Amino acid sequence: MQKLDLPNPPMLCSGHAACPGCVEALSVRHVLATMGPDTMAVIPPSCMAIIAGPQPFSSLHMPVYQPTLEASAAAASGLRRALDAQGKHETQVIVLAGDGGTYDIGFQCLSSAAERNENILYFCLDNEGYMNTGAQKSSSTPHYAKTGTTPEGKSTRKKNLTAIMAAHQVPYAATASVGYLPDLVRKVEKAKAMRGFRIITLLVPCLDGWGLADDGGLTASRYAVESGAFPLYEVEDGTRYTLNHPTRTRPVSDYLGLQRRYQHLPEAGIAALQAEVDEGWKRLQRQVEMSKADDAAALA
Amino acid sequence: MSTTQTSRLLTGNHAVAWAARLARPQVVPVYPITPQTPILELLTDFHARGEFDAEFLTPESEHSVLSACIPASLAGSRVFTATASQGLLLMHEVLHYASGARAAIVMANVNRTVASPWAFWPDQTDSLAQRDTGWIQYYVETAQECLDTVLHAFRVAEQVQLPAIVNLDAFYVSHSLEPVQVPSQELVDGYLPPYAPANRLDIGLGSSWGNVVSQDMFYRHRQMIGEAMAQALTVAQEADREWGERTGRSHGLLERYRCDGARAVIVTMGSMCGTARVAVDALRDAGHAVGLLKLRLFRPLPMQALRVALDGVPDVVVLDRNHSPGLGGILHQELRGALYGVDAPPRIHGFLAGVGGVNVSPESIAGILRSALDLAPSVESTWAR
Repeated sequence: MQKLDLPNPPMLCSGHAACPGCVEALSVRHVLATMGPDTMAVIPPSCMAIIAGPQPFSSLHMPVYQPTLEASAAAASGLRRALDAQGKHETQVIVLAGDGGTYDIGFQCLSSAAERNENILYFCLDNEGYMNTGAQKSSSTPHYAKTGTTPEGKSTRKKNLTAIMAAHQVPYAATASVGYLPDLVRKVEKAKAMRGFRIITLLVPCLDGWGLADDGGLTASRYAVESGAFPLYEVEDGTRYTLNHPTRTRPVSDYLGLQRRYQHLPEAGIAALQAEVDEGWKRLQRQVEMSKADDAAALA
Repeated sequence: MSTTQTSRLLTGNHAVAWAARLARPQVVPVYPITPQTPILELLTDFHARGEFDAEFLTPESEHSVLSACIPASLAGSRVFTATASQGLLLMHEVLHYASGARAAIVMANVNRTVASPWAFWPDQTDSLAQRDTGWIQYYVETAQECLDTVLHAFRVAEQVQLPAIVNLDAFYVSHSLEPVQVPSQELVDGYLPPYAPANRLDIGLGSSWGNVVSQDMFYRHRQMIGEAMAQALTVAQEADREWGERTGRSHGLLERYRCDGARAVIVTMGSMCGTARVAVDALRDAGHAVGLLKLRLFRPLPMQALRVALDGVPDVVVLDRNHSPGLGGILHQELRGALYGVDAPPRIHGFLAGVGGVNVSPESIAGILRSALDLAPSVESTWAR
């Protein structure tokens, strides 16, 4: 057992409004401590907006601007430019948005901010659905998962956000999980040191929305990575892929078995999900091999 | 005056761009749309030539434009943008958000028909449909007024902490060339000090905007917006008066044109005022005692000033270049509201003239006026062209 301390004083205070055992609050605690005090946050309506606290309270040691749900990347761009106009180039502008505000309604302005290579660091806190409104389906909800709007299980697959953002050829697009904390902190530090558009998508298992045990958030976080359902990887400049946890040590069924949202799923469905994960894993491995080949060619 | 102002031949759009340049905004998010695009293009041209030092953003939609404007303004930067028609409507949700956030953004809107069907003609339904969004709204008649009013709008918006729209009619104002007195940078700098709000998004201050509030806090916040709007009336008057002292040009919140002793007064906004002046002149020449009341400031609506300006006038004829289906002309209804309960109220006749950008000639205005005076006013607005 290893105790992992925060690298800096906490920026997310205790007494915040997250559910007990919330993986999102734990994730953001480490993200914000790594970002440090010279940071301003844009937080659209989401679980994170609730965690940040109602007026006149704030659980964050930083100025927060809450835009409309669909406008985070645009709002962060405007804030960034205002700070630049005032010569405050070192202040980091971050977004803390959910998957609904990122994959769905905020996707148009996200794509535009990436295309303009705006100097912002975007964190998608991905709990695979509209959990703050009581667990409805988003385009991040995985295949077969039950939600309030997919009572028989979702009939289509999860959108691959990181691949789409990498296709914008932004400086940095990565996935991360608080289940692998040193990797998460390293990625935040790395992204913080870069400039231009950066995005890190954190898988945030939702105890209530996914039907996990009260103490099951971290286990689900780790199983998601270990089964390959949520691979940890990073893409630099849209082409250089690195797989950060390159081995799979569990079947997907271990991960699904923790969650009530898959309880209805027959064996054939589990096998189909395993096949999808295998396919995605192979594609990632091919992309990593291509990156290595490109590097070798560049050296030669 | 001549040393502090230069005469240039400008369209309304280019007069707006000149005003924006002279106001020295720090952040300018914009999206192209006909017939606003010349504003955007001239500003980017100034920028490329190194004459205009602003952070330019060109997001994928007007929605994102205004979404970027708000936190830029809340961070303490002066912010300008421009749009038209569908673009303004796409901003609708964010218009409310901006006034709620007390973001002192200034926007030019080129009034253009709202689809469907598609069209590009002057019609003020786009901005009048935003009357409840908490934005200060000006309507202008000439290119000179475009330039002057954008600068007034910055003064007023920043003093009362509410966003402001300057509306100019498509083509009649936006694309018509007129000689415009362009003030020097020094003159404008003296009129418009740098924007320095005490409350702002700032690492040193640590304050935030947008968190959930209680019913009582929301109620109080709306009251404060109402108070700021009321204050905007005084501040707008002062902004106009001081501009007059510095440039020799004053426009008022409303303008009475040949209203003395008038038996009937036309009330309208924007480019239609120019045509109405010609009609009034012709009717006066023919011995008819008629005048024009031009409304420049629509939000806040200068209700007391309207009551004073129309006091004792027997007939008021409202010309609306907009259409609210199921209601009629928006200005017609607003005027009836403003004048309701006055002693010896005028007869108020409402005409939907110029809807969809149809040409309304001085002759047709004279005809509308003559027909109105012979009849009792209809409850509904009447279609006329």
